[in-house]
Amino acid sequence: MSLSTKEVNKIAWLGRIAIDDDKIEAYARDLSGILDFVEQMSVLDTSTVTPMAHPMDQTQRLRPDHVTEENQRGLFQANAPLVDAGLYLVPKVIE
Amino acid sequence: MQWETVIGLEVHAQLATRSKIFSAAATAYGAEPNTQACTIDLGMPGVLPVLNAEAVRMAVKFGLAINARVASRSVFARKNYFYPDLPKGYQISQYDLPVVGKGKLNILVDGEVKTVGVTRAHLEEDAGKSLHEDFHGLTGIDLNRAGTPLLEIVSEPDMRSAKEAVAYLKKLHALVRYLEICDGNMQEGSFRCDANVSVRPKGQQEFGTRAEIKNLNSFRFVEKAINFEVERQIELIENGGKVVQETRLYDSVKDETRSMRSKEEANDYRYFPDPDLLPLEITADFIAEVHTSLPELPDAKRDRFKTHYGLGDYDATVLTATRELADYFEAVVAEAGADAKLSANWVMGDLSGALNKAGLEIEQSPVEASRLAGLVRRINDETISGKIAKQVFEALWESKDSADDIIEKQGLKQITDTGAIESIIDQIIANNPEQLAQYRSGKDKLFGFFVGQAMKATQGKANPQQLNDLLKAKLQA
Repeated sequence: MSLSTKEVNKIAWLGRIAIDDDKIEAYARDLSGILDFVEQMSVLDTSTVTPMAHPMDQTQRLRPDHVTEENQRGLFQANAPLVDAGLYLVPKVIE
Repeated sequence: MQWETVIGLEVHAQLATRSKIFSAAATAYGAEPNTQACTIDLGMPGVLPVLNAEAVRMAVKFGLAINARVASRSVFARKNYFYPDLPKGYQISQYDLPVVGKGKLNILVDGEVKTVGVTRAHLEEDAGKSLHEDFHGLTGIDLNRAGTPLLEIVSEPDMRSAKEAVAYLKKLHALVRYLEICDGNMQEGSFRCDANVSVRPKGQQEFGTRAEIKNLNSFRFVEKAINFEVERQIELIENGGKVVQETRLYDSVKDETRSMRSKEEANDYRYFPDPDLLPLEITADFIAEVHTSLPELPDAKRDRFKTHYGLGDYDATVLTATRELADYFEAVVAEAGADAKLSANWVMGDLSGALNKAGLEIEQSPVEASRLAGLVRRINDETISGKIAKQVFEALWESKDSADDIIEKQGLKQITDTGAIESIIDQIIANNPEQLAQYRSGKDKLFGFFVGQAMKATQGKANPQQLNDLLKAKLQA
């Protein structure tokens, strides 16, 4: 399996990762190599195997519906680059 | 050409849990920004989500109520996209293994019952809120809502008109409130709806290209937005254009749908099972236990209202539209000890009318069920006439007095004493010889004149039937 430079660019965009143009081909080659490695597994017939949702053979534990978290806004917002009126401020996004 | 409309709805119902779906932060509406967002909601490194048992119970409740299969094993998946109000860069949702499978809802449209399929319902977390108002050219982010449990309920494309879509939505709205799994507040966004709308030539099998309409926060807007969108699509096609698959926003002020800036690339969410969460197992015992906790559901209640109270289909449907209204009605009937139909008429008529006018819900009614029952009781035992009852009702609305107190204080007791009514009639006849002569010479319409005079003389308190009978006899004598 071989990834095109277009696909590499798309993957980078989806992950919001900046990559240099002169490295795209190298990424395409390396990523294709990884995919080829994984591809070897497709020789196995998995039609009767239930897809694994989690490597641990356990089920989800549930939590009772109790509020135990307290307001720690001040503490959390101390890390934020910009806040105003209790809000986190980010560059303008308009959909 | 004849066109057919095809509609499917996606509803997000906020589950009425106290804490969030994966954290122990509060879900209460209207708190100061970011005071209910903990490290898990903020997507801090190293935290782990833990699923809220109550959210699961509520989803199961819903599944059972729509006769759906509840999955014994379901899986949470990450839906990846970047947006500032989604701190983790993914939303925890469910993908190919949702908690609730195929179910159905019956709706009533123009007297016909129609079944609408529910494709699935899955659990997921809500995102935060972006505020685009003036923050020095920046966007403000409030993450209080992030992590609030949602049940996304997806319908089949089974609806064929805006009216059907609204009927389905109202039915669903009533159901989640009956089940007490969602408060149904559309203004606060607890019950949100997106509509997938397309048109196709009548008789054609395949679906046309659909547009998804967002921002529908009232039943009225759902109807208006769909109607606008259907018109737009038909006009577009008839003029040689093509509908493009896109997301459109409904603008209630202009009453139109507008294309949201079309995304250059189709969404690519790259769903995969969330490694932070193990598969959710729901045992048969748990399902059975939830089953026994189910309240009487709207359809069952409607049927019982028909058989038990002898109400017609329409009355029974209206009175069971919400659990609160049904409870109110039953409280009135129980206390009034009268014909259920009379109670139904008062609840659906004068009371609902007054509530509507005042913009109040039944649970906010200034007239409690017990006081309305007091009024119905006095109509039923003929202490007051139906006409006077309206006057008493107004006083009930304005004060905290009982119907009996109002009747007593205002002297509204109906006059049923034959002798008293007769003497009033005699007086009127004596005072109006001219009208009497005209009446006797065949001018039947003047009967109304005499009734009016008698009612005026008794301030409306004469028993109408008795008055009619006595008057007729006297005039013909």
